[in-house]
Amino acid sequence: MKTFNPSEDVDFVVIGSGAAGGVMAKQLALAGFSVVVLEQGGWGAYGHEQDYTKDELSNRFPTEQDALISNPKKHRNTFRRNVNEKAVAGTHNYGCVVGGGTVTYGASSWRHLPYEFDEASRFGTMAGTGIADWPLSYAELEPYYTQAEWEIGISGPNLKTPLIAPMSKPYPCPPLPLKSSGALMMKAAAKLNLTVTPNVAAIITEPMNGRSACINCGMCSGYGCQVKARSSSAVALLPFAVATGNCEIRVNSYVREINVDASGKATGVTYFDKADNNREVFQKAKCVVLCANGTESPRLLLMSKSNRFPQGLANSSGLVGKYLMAGNGGGAGGLFSDPLNEYKGCVTGAAVLSYVPNDVKGRGWYGGGRMTARGQQSPMQYGLAGPRNAPSWGAGYKKALIEQANRKLTMVNFISQLPLETNTVDLDPDVKDAWGLPALRITSTSHENDIKAIRFFIDKSVEILKAAGATEVWADQVNDSRGGSHARGTCRMGNDPKSSVANKYHRAHDVPNLFIIDGSSFVTGGRNHPTMTISALAYRCADHLVKAAKTGNVTI
Amino acid sequence: MSDSRRNFLLKSFSASSAAWLTANWPAQVAAAQKAQALGAFTFFSRAQAADVDAMAAQIYPTTDTPGAKEAQVIYFIDLALVTFAQDKQEIYTQGLTDLATKTGGKPLGSMPAADQIALLTSIEKTPFFRTVRDHTIMGMFSSPQHGGNFQKVGWKQIGFDDSLNFRAPFGAYDKA
Repeated sequence: MKTFNPSEDVDFVVIGSGAAGGVMAKQLALAGFSVVVLEQGGWGAYGHEQDYTKDELSNRFPTEQDALISNPKKHRNTFRRNVNEKAVAGTHNYGCVVGGGTVTYGASSWRHLPYEFDEASRFGTMAGTGIADWPLSYAELEPYYTQAEWEIGISGPNLKTPLIAPMSKPYPCPPLPLKSSGALMMKAAAKLNLTVTPNVAAIITEPMNGRSACINCGMCSGYGCQVKARSSSAVALLPFAVATGNCEIRVNSYVREINVDASGKATGVTYFDKADNNREVFQKAKCVVLCANGTESPRLLLMSKSNRFPQGLANSSGLVGKYLMAGNGGGAGGLFSDPLNEYKGCVTGAAVLSYVPNDVKGRGWYGGGRMTARGQQSPMQYGLAGPRNAPSWGAGYKKALIEQANRKLTMVNFISQLPLETNTVDLDPDVKDAWGLPALRITSTSHENDIKAIRFFIDKSVEILKAAGATEVWADQVNDSRGGSHARGTCRMGNDPKSSVANKYHRAHDVPNLFIIDGSSFVTGGRNHPTMTISALAYRCADHLVKAAKTGNVTI
Repeated sequence: MSDSRRNFLLKSFSASSAAWLTANWPAQVAAAQKAQALGAFTFFSRAQAADVDAMAAQIYPTTDTPGAKEAQVIYFIDLALVTFAQDKQEIYTQGLTDLATKTGGKPLGSMPAADQIALLTSIEKTPFFRTVRDHTIMGMFSSPQHGGNFQKVGWKQIGFDDSLNFRAPFGAYDKA
């Protein structure tokens, strides 16, 4: 791998190596630019993926160098429902390894629908919310979705239905197995007239680019993939960036500030080298590309205070960190008479698409959601959580645990959430992380409309599980979100610098050579399946950046 | 040979090639191997091990199928407490002292089963009991390489196949 001296003025420094950072690194390096990718996590099993553990115990208690996900005890974060509360210790975490969250995620890869890009024009705004149009249309993004799906490797059904976005090209791979959970959804669909499809996933089902098809090992979400079937940035993108000889991936590099000069241009970034006693390093760069995720990107901008930018970098609008959509869910569980064996295969078998579209008149709330059926529980996790309606230990526990094993199915739903200015990521004034930086503070309470949406999906889940023939069904409690890996909206794009942080090409309105691409770019949240759209946005941004940089000016 | 000595199976450590444990806690794993080959323990005294073993046997009892005793959960816990669960040592030390007060110093396992269950029920909300409960379940259902789940008895009971390579159909409902 090519390496650069930090004093070398590289063309691009990319902060983060996940869904967006992987695409940016690959596209910029392929175009011939020098790129340094700074990743705060370690290598994981990059390049020797067969060494990813499938052992549940060591995956649950990883040592620091083996961890794939951030540790809230070190990456301390806090949570509160509103500004009147004192924030308490939070459990928010995210992928923290080369490849970011794509190394361990469930890999659902749904496109946003055309009507999720211009919601204000189409449906109007709603008092107290930040519903706004994106500065780009679905038609503009469509070619980049296709490019992303084919380059990264997505499997899915080829359907023509208004319930999914129109595609100019089918998916490169046929879908993953439907599983018993999916078959049961099909049974319910026949009774309730629902549209159910196999899931769309960033997991390949046929060999591709030297990677193996999925072998349905089942130790999937939360684990690294041993056969490179999951199309993480670490196997689908970054090796191609490194192979150009133009790209260095630098691990254990925890960025604490994006530096600027007196004219307000970014000059590079300052990071802690976690592997070298947290030594501070300044990496010089002509252009900074921020892809640190929907919570860490705004946090880094807010930490990058200077005389010129006293309220944080790129924050003249005051909107950095605002309009957080952390991601709402809520569903139900059921038991069936025979074993589903959901522990085999990837986490999601099928999706129920019928309630994706809006139906304000019919339902009394705005938005929609995608429902998924799953029942994956690894053995220890199943034992620790324990069986339904049983004691937590003793003979009764054991009897129920054995009887209910492999018979559970859960509806896990991905539900729209309105952007509210009051839902934020900011810097906790009292708590520091393990590196002495201000802790991430999340403030979030969903709009009343969204609580109605959660209730709707809980009720629908109960109805579907009953129609599928469950012998027992239980509804989830309504749980408003508290954080998580689907954070969106915190550096929203837009045409007006007063009401957005970055322009339609992801350039920060205030800083000509700073680009922000990840979940934070979202204006509205879609149906809470963000990754495919993050990938497509990154391909589009990279296309623009390459053209602009080749003319010698990234500030266009 | 004391009673408690006879109550423990001799532990064959040949399966214990857990790379994760040996890479991170080599000295502790070596000590455990040496001790357990002699029917002894690394963290626990013989008497403590007997009490924890008795607790585990009530938490996941032997019925018509094997329980925590047959799964050798006690060896899993003993190894855990000197490796990845070192932060739980104090909970055990204090918890076992408190338990001895309640039993009047008698080994828990020497009491009638109903009395053991009653005693454990009275402490089931304590951090000590909850920790032993969780560790017992982890020892039942984690890989045998960590010391418990002997001959995969736990996995067999809950129908878990650890082949890590499957073809659909997976379950009863997706059969063609």
